[in-house]
Amino acid sequence: MRGILMALVAGTMAIGNAPPARAHAFLDHASPAVGSSLSDSPPIVALWFTQDLEPAFSGMMVTNEAGQRVDLGNAQIPPGSPAELQIGVRPLAPGTYLVSWHVVSVDTHPTEGTFTFDIKP
Amino acid sequence: MPSILANGRRTQLALVAALMITQIDDALAHGFAGERFFPATILTDDPFVADEISLPQVTVNPPAPDGSRTTGIEIDLSKRITPNVGFTIGDQWQCLEQPGLPMVAGIDALRTGAQYQLFVDGPHQALGLLGLNATWGHTGRAALGAPDFTTLSPTFNFGKGFGDLPRSVPYLRPFAITGNLGFDFPTKATSADMPNPTSFSYGFAFEYSLSYLECCVKDVGLRAPFNQLFPLVEVSFSTAMNRGMGGQTTGTIQPGIIWAGPYFQIGAEAILPATRLTGHGYGGVVQLHFYLDDIFPRSIGRPISEWW
Repeated sequence: MRGILMALVAGTMAIGNAPPARAHAFLDHASPAVGSSLSDSPPIVALWFTQDLEPAFSGMMVTNEAGQRVDLGNAQIPPGSPAELQIGVRPLAPGTYLVSWHVVSVDTHPTEGTFTFDIKP
Repeated sequence: MPSILANGRRTQLALVAALMITQIDDALAHGFAGERFFPATILTDDPFVADEISLPQVTVNPPAPDGSRTTGIEIDLSKRITPNVGFTIGDQWQCLEQPGLPMVAGIDALRTGAQYQLFVDGPHQALGLLGLNATWGHTGRAALGAPDFTTLSPTFNFGKGFGDLPRSVPYLRPFAITGNLGFDFPTKATSADMPNPTSFSYGFAFEYSLSYLECCVKDVGLRAPFNQLFPLVEVSFSTAMNRGMGGQTTGTIQPGIIWAGPYFQIGAEAILPATRLTGHGYGGVVQLHFYLDDIFPRSIGRPISEWW
């Protein structure tokens, strides 16, 4: 029994210490921050994930309260930052904006999400 | 929404995409409905087919009304056969301590289940699953109370995240509930002159996802490991319906917490008896639960139908 438990603990630690290159990609943080209020329009919206992303299957968009897109349609994973997704946005008027994203991690698991941020009057 | 097939390498990427598209996992595995992630709960059966294994789950039950107490070490496997069909299998080693009697230990009855993913509604963060579970007679040690009859249990498991609530109530949106509704039909009316009643079983898990709070509602500054926590309360009841035992209810209330990482999750809950028939005092349970679809994403973590 003790040997089994030792093997279990060792296996768990090995998995827990594995390089973070697989598994589902969860949103770690964003700029503008999720649910934040800004005084000025940001030039881009950037998302950082917990796993590296597959470019061909990852995308995002930003819409205003009327559902109209306000991004520049240039979503990209910046060179050298494989867990980041960013997109440029037009100058944003005061209001609430919805960020919608869908990504596939490099091991093929898809995840998606939405959040809002505000531009203060 | 545009994918990043911008300029230049379009043809090359399209070829890669064609190769990968058959490999992309579906959102059913691992408890997703849209942007909502449901962790595997300890007491409440999950509303999704999955490739996961609990190894182990250690339970120290509260003392029963007669003063006896059981401790169990349990293993449970969930495996997808196709993206929408799965099965479960589980068993436990159990130790029974009774006042004034020698300790008894051994294997409990084998449990299996067949599951069908009825629906996954991403926008409404809702899941529904139909299952048929079986606890097999003559597969466990009788001295531990393992049955000499098989019990068949059709169930409906569901999950609902409240992320679709209005954004005017942001801090309610991380809440989610999962639940089971089912019946237990014993295949034998009596055992050793004791009735085996048909029972109605129901249980719920009320959980608050700090992960969902951070990703989709409000960044309050939590970072790993705190943004991967799910405080929850689980309840489970079973009410006998016939054979002279109608209305007798047993059940537990289990407050606890789950931490969900990229490859496994760890959960711990207190066990509080909810009725006098269940017992008194308190117990506890801890569970180490692995996501096979994340650990082995290109092999045994996929549905069996996609192995070839």
